[in-house]
Amino acid sequence: MADLEIRGLTRVFPGGVRALDNLDLHIRDGEFFALLGPSGCGKTTLLRSIAGLERPDAGQILIGGRDVTRLPPGARDLAMVFQDYALYPHMTVAENIAYPLKIRRVGRKDRRQTAESVGASLQIKGGMLDRRPGQLSGGQQQRVALARAIAYRPRVFLFDEPLSNLDARLRLEARTFLKQLQRDLGVTTVYVTHDQAEALALADRMAVMERGHIRQLDTPSNCFLRPANTFVASFIGSTPMNLLSATVRDGGCDVAGQRLALPEIVRGQVQSGEAVVLGMRPEYADVSLVEVPEGLSGPVRVLENLGVDSLVTIEIGDLRVQATTPEDCVPALGDRVWLVPDQRRLLVYRADDGERIAVGPAAPFAETTVDAGSL
Amino acid sequence: MGPDAAMPETAPGAPSAAAITARRLVGRLAFYTFVVVVGAFFALPMLWLAFAPFDAHPTLAAHPPTEFTLGNFPDLLKNPYALPSLLNSLVLSLATMALVVATAAPAAYALSRVRIPGRDVLLYVLLLFSSVVSGTAAMVPIFLLVFELGLINTQAGVVLVLAGGLIPAGIFMLKDFVDSMPTSYEESARVFGASPFQILRDIVLPHARPGLAVIGVWVFVNVWSNFLIPFILTRDPGKMPAAVVIYNFYSEGGQANLRLISSFGLLYSIPVVVLYLVVNRRYGFRFYGGLKG
Repeated sequence: MADLEIRGLTRVFPGGVRALDNLDLHIRDGEFFALLGPSGCGKTTLLRSIAGLERPDAGQILIGGRDVTRLPPGARDLAMVFQDYALYPHMTVAENIAYPLKIRRVGRKDRRQTAESVGASLQIKGGMLDRRPGQLSGGQQQRVALARAIAYRPRVFLFDEPLSNLDARLRLEARTFLKQLQRDLGVTTVYVTHDQAEALALADRMAVMERGHIRQLDTPSNCFLRPANTFVASFIGSTPMNLLSATVRDGGCDVAGQRLALPEIVRGQVQSGEAVVLGMRPEYADVSLVEVPEGLSGPVRVLENLGVDSLVTIEIGDLRVQATTPEDCVPALGDRVWLVPDQRRLLVYRADDGERIAVGPAAPFAETTVDAGSL
Repeated sequence: MGPDAAMPETAPGAPSAAAITARRLVGRLAFYTFVVVVGAFFALPMLWLAFAPFDAHPTLAAHPPTEFTLGNFPDLLKNPYALPSLLNSLVLSLATMALVVATAAPAAYALSRVRIPGRDVLLYVLLLFSSVVSGTAAMVPIFLLVFELGLINTQAGVVLVLAGGLIPAGIFMLKDFVDSMPTSYEESARVFGASPFQILRDIVLPHARPGLAVIGVWVFVNVWSNFLIPFILTRDPGKMPAAVVIYNFYSEGGQANLRLISSFGLLYSIPVVVLYLVVNRRYGFRFYGGLKG
């Protein structure tokens, strides 16, 4: 087992695109770490640099304290699972799983034994071992790719969107399976994904990346509840966060011509007339059918059924704001409703740089109120 | 749609259903006639090759043997150059095949995987050369070149010239096969610590095997049937391949000896057919695609 340290890593592609820009990162031993970001943010370049498949222009990569920056991929003691699984079509499943051992010149008998024991732990057994990857389902192929990585007994696992080729239902099952597996093996894991739900569900900590920079490095619950900037705020959450332009005035703020109270913690840090962006998750606002004086009010324009609750789009002035309502109090289309944000979870960002106001110990709510069940 | 918008059964002046059927029938008839004529054009020489070698008095017409005989073959064996020429053809074809596959495969692999500026231009220039090098236009320079190298009247000279003409197109075709292989295959092996040689042996070659088989057969058939290059470069009848020797089967009066030509033609075509069948059975000319979930 090993920790992973990235120091000042920079990668500039021909043409001047800075895929990684002087990036620092420390991934702890045994940690499940997710790299999250939109396509082109540099997350895959970072993963491939760790693997040694990409040569950084500057910076260092240390695995377990050993500088591996100049080492070839095979000398870094890590296993990678690719998005397309990279199973060899001309080899059987057993040969695929044991291929890392063949490279190390382990005997045929021992290879078969390892393939059988590792395969069995991932429900790859019996006739499946002698089939070709092409004869397996997507979920089975994915498990074979995992088994091959495990058979190598690496110090670090690298996953490059390993679930993105599975259909939605299977993906959820594989996700649970993967999390359990990583817990059991305790191997440091770096997991690249563009799916925020996957990162939130799997990771112990995660980095949200944008254009070669890490925009937030934190636990999934902190990234969800307290996004450090509007980029992370808009990227995380299955229903996108409302980001409303507002102007501070007299301890409150004006939003689309209406008044809204500011969270207490923020009031001392903003000046009257300052432009801010309010971040409000649809889940963290109440929709009321009767008038609430401190709420934002407007007519319902769109209703979307999400199953347990409904997503209501409300027109407030020239803004469109979304909020979820429980199944027993869904307004009708066109109804005038009042929207009351949860003051403890209302986030305030500076309009100029998009950074959150009131970072640090004076967080808008205590750590104990973080409800993991709501993620 | 209102009732007035409904289409009448037949618009005025439109052809009746019977006329349409008749026209369709004529069209079909014309099409099948055309197909039969084209088919016969290609089938007739085959029929001739099947019948004439067993005819005691073959003519240029394809018809079942008027007088069945197997005597043409012993007569053919009496010709001192017939059998050795087939052997020469085999040597030339196999040697060229080995040379082309052995050089085109690594070149194709490199050109597929290494990004160098002007790579695509290089490939097309290669392809252009391919048709020029062993073509009629280059006959004189080729002769001079081989003469200067002292390779006139040697098998090696023929093999080198033919290989030179086939390698570029071979690279071009093989590159497509290698391109179809996801780079993640090699990358995953590299992460597991495989050396370039291990990657080539365990992953790239097995994956490219159908492609190598296709190129091998293609080279073999090309060399086997090539007339011009060995005709120019070999002097000694004992070193000539079958394609050149068949040119010498004339009687003293200058008449084509159809008995020898037909029976030799049959022997000459058998290896190519066998090769195709063997390779097709072994590799099926199928392709491994990348795996997707």
